[in-house]
Amino acid sequence: MNPHRTLATARRVLLQLRSDPRTIAMLLLVPCLLIVLLKYAFDGRQEVFDSLGAPLLGIFPMIVMFLVTAVATLRERTTGTLERLLTMPLGKLDLLLGYALAFGLVALVQGLLAFGLTVGLLGLSVAGPSWALLAVAVADGLLGMALGLFVSAFAATEFQAVQFMPAFLLPQLLLCGLFTPRDTMAGWLRAISDVLPLSYAVDAMNRITTQSGFDGALAVDLVVVLGCTLLALALGAATLRRRTV
Amino acid sequence: MMNSTPAIDVRGLRVTRGGRPVLHGIDLVVERGSVTGLLGPSGCGKTTLLRSVVGVQRVESGEVRVLGLAAGAPALRDRVGYVTQAPSVYADLTVLANLRYFAEVLGAPKGDPARVLEEVGLTEHAGDLVGRLSGGQRARVSLAAALLGTPELLVLDEPTVGLDPVLRQELWQLFHRLAAGGATLLVSSHVMDEAARCTALLLMREGRLLAHDTPQALLAATGAADIEQAFLTLVAGAAPASGTAPASGAAPGLGRAAGTEDGR
Repeated sequence: MNPHRTLATARRVLLQLRSDPRTIAMLLLVPCLLIVLLKYAFDGRQEVFDSLGAPLLGIFPMIVMFLVTAVATLRERTTGTLERLLTMPLGKLDLLLGYALAFGLVALVQGLLAFGLTVGLLGLSVAGPSWALLAVAVADGLLGMALGLFVSAFAATEFQAVQFMPAFLLPQLLLCGLFTPRDTMAGWLRAISDVLPLSYAVDAMNRITTQSGFDGALAVDLVVVLGCTLLALALGAATLRRRTV
Repeated sequence: MMNSTPAIDVRGLRVTRGGRPVLHGIDLVVERGSVTGLLGPSGCGKTTLLRSVVGVQRVESGEVRVLGLAAGAPALRDRVGYVTQAPSVYADLTVLANLRYFAEVLGAPKGDPARVLEEVGLTEHAGDLVGRLSGGQRARVSLAAALLGTPELLVLDEPTVGLDPVLRQELWQLFHRLAAGGATLLVSSHVMDEAARCTALLLMREGRLLAHDTPQALLAATGAADIEQAFLTLVAGAAPASGTAPASGAAPGLGRAAGTEDGR
């Protein structure tokens, strides 16, 4: 690992993003727009918005970051630049962390915007501290980014990469406790849900919604989400091969 | 160069891709400071051989040593420049931004991006997005990236494809300038008329080496008027013996002549 090369990679990824303003706009605005839709879909029923708003504040950025990073890294593979980089003195982790830094910055800005909108303008009220909402939302964006980096290793085309969203994220969405509380699920479903990172992201958001203060259980959820992010990055680095068939 | 180990030393290289043998036991030595042309028809295994030299190809058996080290060794990563057939640069960055990034990864000197731009004649396009350039210009950006950090060995996969004759000549002049500066170049092409510009030739067909010699010696040995004719003569000569010939498949006489020269 070499911080100079990692930073150079992060800067390069951000420069690439800058030449695509439409993608930047969609990255930052789509989660906000979805939250506005949610608010007015339950118009007049503030208690529904209050209970769903926090989990979705985490889930929307996660999905968007997942798609963008999966396609961005796949592009690196298919255009041959990945092969070139791997013949150069660039560590695999330098590359992955460079991507993580660049898209992590995007996730931070995205989280700030969505958080400001949800709490400031749309009046989401939660029992817990609202800064915790921001922390979990950004952590979810980072998780989506890391999962996207990881799955792009298994996609040969952009079609496949996009298909990983329903294949990889929607099961997590169904089992994360948003539709049915995780406590009421059948044992085997609950067991699956226990090993999926999104469950912890939603648990964290639900705790912030219903409990005041920042307790140990919330901290554990946040650590699990961040731990899964690091794990996905490490697995992503392990899938990069300098020698291919 | 003072160093006595050859730039490239390949022994018994076999590569299988997708269950199909692509290289059937290649033996070759590329001397330092040479501009060696790797010629052969499309699909004969040139790219696979170059990828093996760079160390990105999974090989079945055999040994590939580059600058005295195993191909792909970490210590070689800033000493070998590689240009793939399709330009591998970022289309959504400017020419200069591409070169700056690769220079940072290589740890090349600050002035290197400007220097290599000058060498490939793209200085006035430094601020252009690569995606807006023509195919030939893009190929030259890819080549420029490989020149960063002044590598000792340059492996170029069809660098002159699709370029007009004037540019092609300029690039070959550049290759010889680099060789005069001590670099070794291994350049593939499927255009036989580029052969005359090389100091050594590797003729390849169907995963085997037909010959390894200087252009002049090849013409003399085959009595052919040009390299294309020499290639055809070699194919005709090698065909009956191909079943029994050693894996290297080198043409009798020619291969040996090259061998003694290489082995000193």
